[in-house]
Amino acid sequence: MAKRVSLFVTCIVDQLFPQTGMAMAQVIERLGYAVDFPPDQTCCGQPAFNSGYRSDARTVARHFLKTFEASECIVVPSGSCTSMVTHHYAELFRKEPETLARVEALARRIFEFSTFLTEVAGVEDVGASFPGTVTFHDGCHALRELGVKSAPRRLLANVRGLELREMEPAEECCGFGGTFSVKFPELSTAMTRTKIEAIERTGARAVVSLDPSCLMQIQGALSRAGSPIRTLHLAEVLASR
Amino acid sequence: MSAEFDQKIRTTLADANLQLAIYTATGRLKAARIATVAPDVLPDYQELRTQANALKRHAIENLDHYLEQFEANVEARGGHVVWCKDATDVADFVLSLAKERGAHLIVKSKSMTTEEVDLNERVEHHGLESVETDLGEYIMQLAHERPYHIVAPALHKTRYQVADLFTERLHIPRETEPEKQTMIARATLREKFLAADIGISGANFLVADSGAIVLVENEGNARLTTSAPKIHIAIAGIEKIIPRAQDLAVFLKLLARSATGQPLSVYTSFLSGPRRPEKGEIDGPEEFYVVLLDNGRTRLLPDRGKRQSLYCIRCGACLNTCPVYRKIGGHSFPWVYSGPIGAILTPQFMGISHEPALPFASSLCGACGEVCPVKIDIPKLLLELRSDVKKSAASETADRWERLAFKAFAWLMTHPRMYELAGRMASAVAPSGDGGWIRTVPQALNFGPMKAWLAGRDVPPPPARSFREMWRRR
Repeated sequence: MAKRVSLFVTCIVDQLFPQTGMAMAQVIERLGYAVDFPPDQTCCGQPAFNSGYRSDARTVARHFLKTFEASECIVVPSGSCTSMVTHHYAELFRKEPETLARVEALARRIFEFSTFLTEVAGVEDVGASFPGTVTFHDGCHALRELGVKSAPRRLLANVRGLELREMEPAEECCGFGGTFSVKFPELSTAMTRTKIEAIERTGARAVVSLDPSCLMQIQGALSRAGSPIRTLHLAEVLASR
Repeated sequence: MSAEFDQKIRTTLADANLQLAIYTATGRLKAARIATVAPDVLPDYQELRTQANALKRHAIENLDHYLEQFEANVEARGGHVVWCKDATDVADFVLSLAKERGAHLIVKSKSMTTEEVDLNERVEHHGLESVETDLGEYIMQLAHERPYHIVAPALHKTRYQVADLFTERLHIPRETEPEKQTMIARATLREKFLAADIGISGANFLVADSGAIVLVENEGNARLTTSAPKIHIAIAGIEKIIPRAQDLAVFLKLLARSATGQPLSVYTSFLSGPRRPEKGEIDGPEEFYVVLLDNGRTRLLPDRGKRQSLYCIRCGACLNTCPVYRKIGGHSFPWVYSGPIGAILTPQFMGISHEPALPFASSLCGACGEVCPVKIDIPKLLLELRSDVKKSAASETADRWERLAFKAFAWLMTHPRMYELAGRMASAVAPSGDGGWIRTVPQALNFGPMKAWLAGRDVPPPPARSFREMWRRR
């Protein structure tokens, strides 16, 4: 009777931020879902796609399709990786009608984490407690490609002891941009400095986001600057009790 | 990446005053745009964007029909249409007309299209004087610089820099008040308007059903340019065509709002043909020409996706909202069009080899597409152009290591066990970080993307176990 959820934790969470994936699993399990982890999963292929290597991206995307074909519902701790599947796979397979149909079917079953909670599970209060002041960074692909804006805020609003202070501007890119971050390192970090100034102006002690890659960029620069502000994935906040 | 592109980005980033000037000026324009398209001010903003997109698509897909209709209507009103395929054609036309009429002095109103064909340089080379009359363009002409921004050409100049420039070039006492600076420029330019033989303008819209051109401006200089001299030449890209005068109800609501955050610009001029004394008209030029410029535009037509680049109405909203433009400014871009729209127009007009790194100079944040009043999907086009760059012959050698790396990436990501093993090996060689993030890595690891990352950011320490290992153990 338990509803099933498959995790796509993304390569970055798998390799660098496993605690984010564990927190996400914990939150979903607490809601009564049976959670599984299809072990063949790797990456969605976005790095190759965004770098112009569509054939390589297609290879990885095919693997992703095969890995998650049997899953009823897939949840992802990243707006960007979700959007790769829901918004860009179609472009990769536009000349293959059969694969395209599979992509479209899969795209309807894959959800960014906060959207899953609010839209699929229908929950806004997960019973979390996190004392302190935080600010929220909108990841660009979650915000502009998936249209996720209020879901994480509604979830944060129900966390005991948490005060959300919006930064201004919240919607400006953190500067990561995938391979952009290493192809244009000075430019990328200059963008992050502006982001960090916005974060600092809120006085929050932590910055929360839906995307581990944005958080890696922001934390990397905060750490370099010796700032005490820390970064947290929404799942980590929602898993706190 | 060309050394020039790299250098210009670094220089701009390193100039603190310039950084502040760009960020402040674009921030002002951005905030003004947001205020004038807010739901309580312009409730049908999104519908207008959809309509503008549909109108542009229709116009571009029926370009031949509407351009010929426009031509017939211009000629019927006594004007002339001149078809030019490139910059040389435009210069040849202007120069030969100037020679026939004995013209020496040209006044110009703001036009990115004339920047695109280097018109000033070309006519000045043949002994003509060509004077920019838009204040920002005038400043840039004095400074011998090209426009920094599609809409605000001197956006990066502070009033103190303008004061120095005026003193140096106009030999006048230093004046730092913007209002007084404007008066100085105005006095100089009035004399030029009165003495000019030819006025050259751009065109914001070419209206097919009436044969009119529409000019949108704030200073009134375009009105003087197009009416004081005996000859008016309007130079426009062929994509500026719109089918009907009534379509302006959509575009005029969007253009000034998107550009400067004004509900309408101060002046909106509809010009159709020369003065007709037989109809009792007492002003306007004696001769009226519209130059229709291709300059690479027709090359974009066959591709269904990419031809939407031709919908652009040059409002500059994408520049003001772009976190990249707001850091690297207008002059880092390798051609006259800067910002996100420049990043898609330049490779398509000039060829991708002009600056292969340009479509990659974006974090793909999507802010440009969100603000585009005609809904050009700029992020999608950047992705397509990236793919075009990597498919080019030049990339075979220029990117050979990267190509190999992505081949390896695709292989690894389709072989989960090898992927896991590679992850473990990477963790094994990485420094521990002693609880915090890692600031330096051993020399042997400090190259390529790792070195680039570490230039401004620390790296996360590798976790004791990957997620999949933790999952198996729980």
